[in-house]
Amino acid sequence: MPLVSRAFILTGLAHLLAAMVLGVAVAAGPGALGLPPTVAPVYVHLLAVGWLTQLIFGVAHWMFPGRPRAPSMVSRVVLWACYALLNLGLVARAVAEPLVGRGGGWRVVLVAAGVAQLIAVVLFVGHTWPRVRAR
Amino acid sequence: MPLLSVWAVRLALGYLTVGAVLGTLLLAARAAVLPTVFFRQLAAHIDVMLVGWLVQLAVGVGYWILPRVEGKRPRAALAVTAVALLNIGVPLAAAGGTAGIGAMVLAGRMAELAGALTFGAHAWTRVRYGGLVGRVQIAPDS
Repeated sequence: MPLVSRAFILTGLAHLLAAMVLGVAVAAGPGALGLPPTVAPVYVHLLAVGWLTQLIFGVAHWMFPGRPRAPSMVSRVVLWACYALLNLGLVARAVAEPLVGRGGGWRVVLVAAGVAQLIAVVLFVGHTWPRVRAR
Repeated sequence: MPLLSVWAVRLALGYLTVGAVLGTLLLAARAAVLPTVFFRQLAAHIDVMLVGWLVQLAVGVGYWILPRVEGKRPRAALAVTAVALLNIGVPLAAAGGTAGIGAMVLAGRMAELAGALTFGAHAWTRVRYGGLVGRVQIAPDS
């Protein structure tokens, strides 16, 4: 399994664990563990993006046909940039969303988090698209 | 990868991109950078990401890798129908949710349900009988 796939999957497992902890906090009611009610979307995104989508990214790069034995430098940079932007964006979103009501820099962080995840998605789609073809 | 899987996976990647754009717009609205009218995209974001991306990718990859029966993918027409129904249902539900038209959302969700049922019928045969070479006979596509 390529190193970047291992990174996607292991980080995905960490997000899964974080999501399960947040899920308990959300179910315990507003204010549980000192968390604001606005943390519910963060729980959903840790599961759907941090775990499921990231697991798919890692496994797809590993298992889809057409992966070269020696990937080019461009391919490596694209995938590691995708990994970094997806996770930085997700963590930044998780921190900024409950705090965005305070205004100021948190609003900028929240928008930047969204843009980072969007760029990560575009990088992954652009990298994977040519490998999705009929035999 | 069979042609149907190519279509389903590529459509799923397309929905992932659209869903990420919608999510970025929603976050910008949440940060008050964009007007609150963009919150109307929430239903579309959910449908596109959950069904258009995650479910459709699973359907595409499932059609490709689930065990074959006698070396073939029996009742392939069911899988083709499932992909078609999903791609009728997701845009309908997403557009209906954005426009606030309940009947469109209902129609879209019904198409998604029908897609799930038809793919389930296809996959059932392969999971139930796949790999049992020479021991079962499956009716051809009807």
